[in-house]
Amino acid sequence: MTITLPPYEDVTARFEPVIGLETHVELGTRTKMFCGCPTGFGAEPNTQVCPVCLGLPGSLPVANAAAIEATIRIGLALNCTIASWCRFARKNYFYPDMPKNFQTSQYDEPLCTDGYLDVEVDGRPVRIDIERVHLEEDTGKTLHVGGATGRIHGATESLVDYNRAGIPLVEIVTRPIPGTGADAPAVARAYVTELRDVIRVLGVSDVRMEQGSLRCDVNTSLNRPGDQWGTRTETKNVNSLRSVERAVRAEMLRQAAVLDAGERIVQETRHFHEETGDTRPGRSKETATDYRYFPEPDLVPLAPDPEWVARLKTELPELPRVHRARLQQAWGLSDLDMQAVLNAGAVELIERTVAAGSSPEGARKWWLGELARRANEAGVDLSTVGATPADVAELQSLVDAGRLNDKLARTVLEGVLAGEGTPSEVMAARGLEVVSDTGALGAAVDEAIAANPDVAAKIREGKVAAAGVLVGAVMKTTRGQADAKAVRELILSRLGVQ
Amino acid sequence: MTDLIRLSAADLAGAIARGEASAVEATRAHLDRIAEVDGQVAAFLHVDEAGALAAAERVDRARAAGEELGPLAGVPVAVKDVLTTRGVPTTAGSKILEGWRPPYDSTIVQRLRAAGTVIVGKTNMDEFAMGSSTEYSAYGPTRNPWDLGRIPGGSGGGSAAALAAYEAPLAIGSDTGGSIRQPGAVTGTVGAKPTYGGTSRYGLIAFSSSLDTPGPCARTVVDAALLHAVIGGHDRRDSTSIPQPVPEVVAAARRGATGDLSGVRLGLVSQFSGEGAEPGVMAAFGEALERLTKLGAEVVEVSCPHFEYALPAYYLIAPSECSSNLARFDGVRYGLRVGDDGQRSLEEVMSLTREAGFGPEVKRRIIIGTYALSSGYYDAYYGQAQKVRTLITRDFTAAFERVDVLVSPTTPFVAFPFGSRTSDPYQMYLADLFTIPTNLYGGPAISVPCGLSDGLPVGFQIMAPTMADDRMYRVAAALESAVGTLTPPAL
Repeated sequence: MTITLPPYEDVTARFEPVIGLETHVELGTRTKMFCGCPTGFGAEPNTQVCPVCLGLPGSLPVANAAAIEATIRIGLALNCTIASWCRFARKNYFYPDMPKNFQTSQYDEPLCTDGYLDVEVDGRPVRIDIERVHLEEDTGKTLHVGGATGRIHGATESLVDYNRAGIPLVEIVTRPIPGTGADAPAVARAYVTELRDVIRVLGVSDVRMEQGSLRCDVNTSLNRPGDQWGTRTETKNVNSLRSVERAVRAEMLRQAAVLDAGERIVQETRHFHEETGDTRPGRSKETATDYRYFPEPDLVPLAPDPEWVARLKTELPELPRVHRARLQQAWGLSDLDMQAVLNAGAVELIERTVAAGSSPEGARKWWLGELARRANEAGVDLSTVGATPADVAELQSLVDAGRLNDKLARTVLEGVLAGEGTPSEVMAARGLEVVSDTGALGAAVDEAIAANPDVAAKIREGKVAAAGVLVGAVMKTTRGQADAKAVRELILSRLGVQ
Repeated sequence: MTDLIRLSAADLAGAIARGEASAVEATRAHLDRIAEVDGQVAAFLHVDEAGALAAAERVDRARAAGEELGPLAGVPVAVKDVLTTRGVPTTAGSKILEGWRPPYDSTIVQRLRAAGTVIVGKTNMDEFAMGSSTEYSAYGPTRNPWDLGRIPGGSGGGSAAALAAYEAPLAIGSDTGGSIRQPGAVTGTVGAKPTYGGTSRYGLIAFSSSLDTPGPCARTVVDAALLHAVIGGHDRRDSTSIPQPVPEVVAAARRGATGDLSGVRLGLVSQFSGEGAEPGVMAAFGEALERLTKLGAEVVEVSCPHFEYALPAYYLIAPSECSSNLARFDGVRYGLRVGDDGQRSLEEVMSLTREAGFGPEVKRRIIIGTYALSSGYYDAYYGQAQKVRTLITRDFTAAFERVDVLVSPTTPFVAFPFGSRTSDPYQMYLADLFTIPTNLYGGPAISVPCGLSDGLPVGFQIMAPTMADDRMYRVAAALESAVGTLTPPAL
């Protein structure tokens, strides 16, 4: 069936979206959730395993205290209520990447409930309600060999790596988010971005979507104004912030087309496809899986000491929103300027550049100007453009000291991006320093005056603006390596104007 | 020393410590006995002759080097095949684990090794500890040394029969609904279920996690207490393990053996007045109660009104947990794999493996448990059973405000003939009528021989409050001193 998608503006004019997000965060604890195995990424398959995380007969789990603490801190940062007593539960279903054929998770007694996260979309605040934050174990990874799809159907062989099995996983579930209209995709992205930043500042996970330590499922439904909420779909395989936005938008368009055709939305799990930007059906939920949840009898209930929780709350670091407001004030930026910094993803880069000694203005100029342009050209993230905050701070200090002018600084930066070394090294290697030797400069000035007697005469008569011609001549003979301002002053003093 | 196999564990350990017998001699004697009689009894699924002799040699070397030996060093132990033993086959009585050699030792086995005991082999059991007769073992039943035509109890019939047949003086069992105590009762041996959490479950292949309790089996009460002290105590690998020292069970047993029970109040549960129990069993129980009164104990009748719901609650909770615990046996990682012909799907291979690997009783319980946990039925079954469990716990707590221990027959009937209860699961389940309430409560209980009915042993059960395991050992040892140990006819 080929569906013609309606224009987005048309969809948001006729339908109201309701979105919801389920986010999984792999905690960066040293050991796994229920055993002492290491959690490092990228080890040889099945080398970080033991009887417990392989689910061998007789083995038993013991909960990782550091993971519980990290989950409570996430809950506190998301303004949740922390349960005074709760339990783990078993979620039963058969799949070869689950060594026990049940996942130890939480069900009706999550560790954290009823919180919220405030985000901003184009400068407007949006409050996202958090339903729950709970703790569970990750599954192993399955690799299906042979067959066309890379999925289990049609594969000739399936390989399972249990290194990931048992890594602590925090699931953060929002309440349904209605009322965002055409902004729904941007709200979804803003939420995941803010959540990522909150978790990063807590230091409990490296939250890298490309490595799967932050994974996101997006729920979307559409309804006509005044109608009840529509049937929702769950979109998986959303592996970047950009994909979060695209997936919501794609699903809104698809559902609108289905509804326009007079058909019903099927409640199902869909997969987002990065290359095509559309969603396609995955595992059907029409035969609803009954997970037969029941309290995990191998683990004692969790009863966090209220005093400990209170202490964790007072010890939370400054959260990104507060942090950003403080930086904006310290850097003296307008809301609009700060928004530009945020949109460029340059907050942390500028902050680190300032910490390395640069002025805020200088740091912002480089990151949002020349470097943003080059990152854009190369199609890479600003943070991986090839210059470090320390490089930028050094470059700016050379400019501030008068050793580089703007033009030279850009040339030096080019060298830095090309991997030729630090700004000082590039400057020295390429011989780009401003000529500050007054003897050499004086000679160049005298030469320019002698070569342009008529211009010199005009200047002596008081037509100071004509000095530009002589400055240009001097810059040419010094190959740009002179400080234009100093050259101008030298010319004026030689001609007795000053 | 001519008859090492007839000695109690305490006496055998003493003889080894004094150098009157070597650990190797003791081990050899028991291995010889196993070779001689196990063809008839079938208590063992696996005999680890090399491992046993190596362990015994280590004890003898340690003694020769002047090292201090533990109280059970050099004593042979038979381990129920539900506990993992590193490199030694562990099947839980199931075809689905045939040939599996665990890469790790259970905590109980680690402690047995550390104490210098000698593990002679793995004993037969009902598949995954589900049953009361060992008839549900995938490897054939064990026979009761008192009458080879009768069951040795279950699920730990192999461990109990090994004791009664003098194949080992000590054994390990596991008790989910009576699997240590009921085999003890019908073989005339002693079986103790410790407080839940008093012995580690790490490495115990799970049947019902909230009920399973490993514990000691022996021919005398003091031996059981000595073994209890070796295997008990906190284990950080088991989250449900109680972080407290083992109660003073050995001292309590020795004190009870002096035959003085003055000041001890025994609670007679009115709900266990004998309905459904064989008259011979009730007669032996009544006589034992009289003996205890003569030793100074006071008998008080107490009411535990919710005990009558224990059996149905148990047969919802245990199957529910088992349906989840046994899900891991799917042929993917270890054990049996059936139908993997490169054509069939993963799901088909999992199904065929489980179809072929599990016996009928295990399947019955997985199906019951899967149903009881299903969405829409959970509250009516699993949820309701948990409420009954709370009420039964309250019955125990209230009773222990009035009495020190509760007493009852261990099992309503003596060892029954093979095949007499396999056609009706409910008749089999009744074997655990008196033992199940304790498992739901979590307290300790012990079965000690109290006499014979028609020439077959009758067990006397003593139930104590949680972490008061010492109390039951004291009463059990006193009864043993009055009754004496029972000796089965020669094989």
